[in-house]
Amino acid sequence: MNRSEITRSFVMATWLGWQVESNWTDPFLFAIYVIIKPLANAAILVVMYSIITGGDYHSPLFPYIYLGNAFYIYVGAVMAGVSWAVIDDREHYKTLKYMYIAPINIPFYWLGRGVSRFLIGTVAVIITLGAGVLFLHLPLDLTQVNWGLFLISLIVGVTMLAMMGLILASITLMVAHHFFLIGEAVAGALYLFSGAIFPLEVLPVWLRPIGYFMPITYWLELMRRSLIGEVAEAFPTLSQFSNLQLLGILLGLTLLFALIAILTFRWCDHRARELGLIDLVSNY
Amino acid sequence: MQSDNLLALSTSKKVTGWKLFLKTVIARAYPRIIGQQREKSWIFFDIFMPMLAVAAYVYVYRAIGAPEEYVGFVVIGGAMTAFWMNVLWSMSSQLYWEKEQGNLALYIMAPNSMMAILLGMAVGGLFATTLRAVAIIVLGSLMFHVQYTVASFTQLLLVFFLAMTALYGMGMMSASLFLLLSREAWHLSNLAQEPIYLVSGFYFPIKSLNFWVAVAASFIPLTLGLDAMRQLIFPSGAALGFLDVKVEIGVLLVLCVIFLAGAKWLLDYMERLAIREGRITESRR
Repeated sequence: MNRSEITRSFVMATWLGWQVESNWTDPFLFAIYVIIKPLANAAILVVMYSIITGGDYHSPLFPYIYLGNAFYIYVGAVMAGVSWAVIDDREHYKTLKYMYIAPINIPFYWLGRGVSRFLIGTVAVIITLGAGVLFLHLPLDLTQVNWGLFLISLIVGVTMLAMMGLILASITLMVAHHFFLIGEAVAGALYLFSGAIFPLEVLPVWLRPIGYFMPITYWLELMRRSLIGEVAEAFPTLSQFSNLQLLGILLGLTLLFALIAILTFRWCDHRARELGLIDLVSNY
Repeated sequence: MQSDNLLALSTSKKVTGWKLFLKTVIARAYPRIIGQQREKSWIFFDIFMPMLAVAAYVYVYRAIGAPEEYVGFVVIGGAMTAFWMNVLWSMSSQLYWEKEQGNLALYIMAPNSMMAILLGMAVGGLFATTLRAVAIIVLGSLMFHVQYTVASFTQLLLVFFLAMTALYGMGMMSASLFLLLSREAWHLSNLAQEPIYLVSGFYFPIKSLNFWVAVAASFIPLTLGLDAMRQLIFPSGAALGFLDVKVEIGVLLVLCVIFLAGAKWLLDYMERLAIREGRITESRR
């Protein structure tokens, strides 16, 4: 495999993805679009929390919910962003077949298409966290943050999400365009099982193993621990693990998902070519 | 063969007036009612996606020790999201999709009323979505053991009917606005999900918000519809209600008239504008 082909595919797809995501309107409206959605999502949880607790933002549960929800923005953005590129190119712009005959690397092209959503997601995460600190007493002190752990966890976590996105993109290659996207459906399901907005102990016992198998659970725990250490330790879910152990589990699961992503892509790509699905237009 | 077809065309009975209007409504409602049931994965996702949100918010309430009636509020709110999603994606932005697929020009060329087409979409969408909403309520109630105590079936049915009429009237009105949009239609529909869930109190009583925010949110028919339904089916609903149910019924009645009349006026205006500006067949991807 040619290294420059990978770089070229990734960089070109990143630029293309940014144009597709942002040039439908003027920058001002786009900025509002990027800000309002995540803030509204966070505000729903904040209102629910404040009604029941009478606005007790000092309880460790509040930063647990708020941080989990804020970083979960990345899950929807990266996973759905990568897999959406298949539908967008194949069904909307009808350019996937041209991508296939161009001298590019398809998996890296899809990963590049997810970068724009990652950038938009980053802005949304920063604004959500900022609003929490400014208006809701979120105990986030930048001088107390474990920056090393934060950056390593963020990089490994985003890589893991990209691999999950690649798996979904490969599967999307095999199916018709449906109203609800596979990426969004999976992101929605994992919202429930990964302890993003409530500790896993709240789930019925038989559902908890799903959460323990998902790397997102460990990633969110690491993000919380790196930003507000004592908050994460207040919940028993993963308290028996040290930061290093959590990072090891996350890394191991990321490698596992990367392997699954490679195998899934190879199989789905082969089947899609055999069945003539590369230029499928289902017109839904 | 060709002459036979021409003869058949010339002798077929022309339908005009209200009969044509009614046939158009039925014809457009048909794919919504029958077609949507044929795609089994849609039924699954239409129920599965709101159920995920319902379950997530129920567990949040349980994590923070909320009273059990809030679980019921979430189940009902989650079921109502199906209607909002339907209005947003299958009413408001529908004319944009039709334009993308080349059907819009055919609709306008055909000798039928665009209002009838929109009404058909609304009737079909309402029926299909009601089936999904009922499934969400049944599943949610069974999963989370929600108890209901209906204060008045008559008022409950009236609230639902008025809220849906006003909501789909709103959808018909916004569909005409979307007639002028292109790629931005998808993003605007996407943008109108979470903020509306927030201000309309899909997952908590609207009374919890600032009074004037709640008043402004009442412009969206589901806000008052949902609030009134919660008051009528939960014992503690009245205490957490925003306005008296009778007042809410009155406001919903006014909204029905405003949105349906607005849809007719705006559709005529936007259709003329779109034709004049050549936007019926444009495709700015």
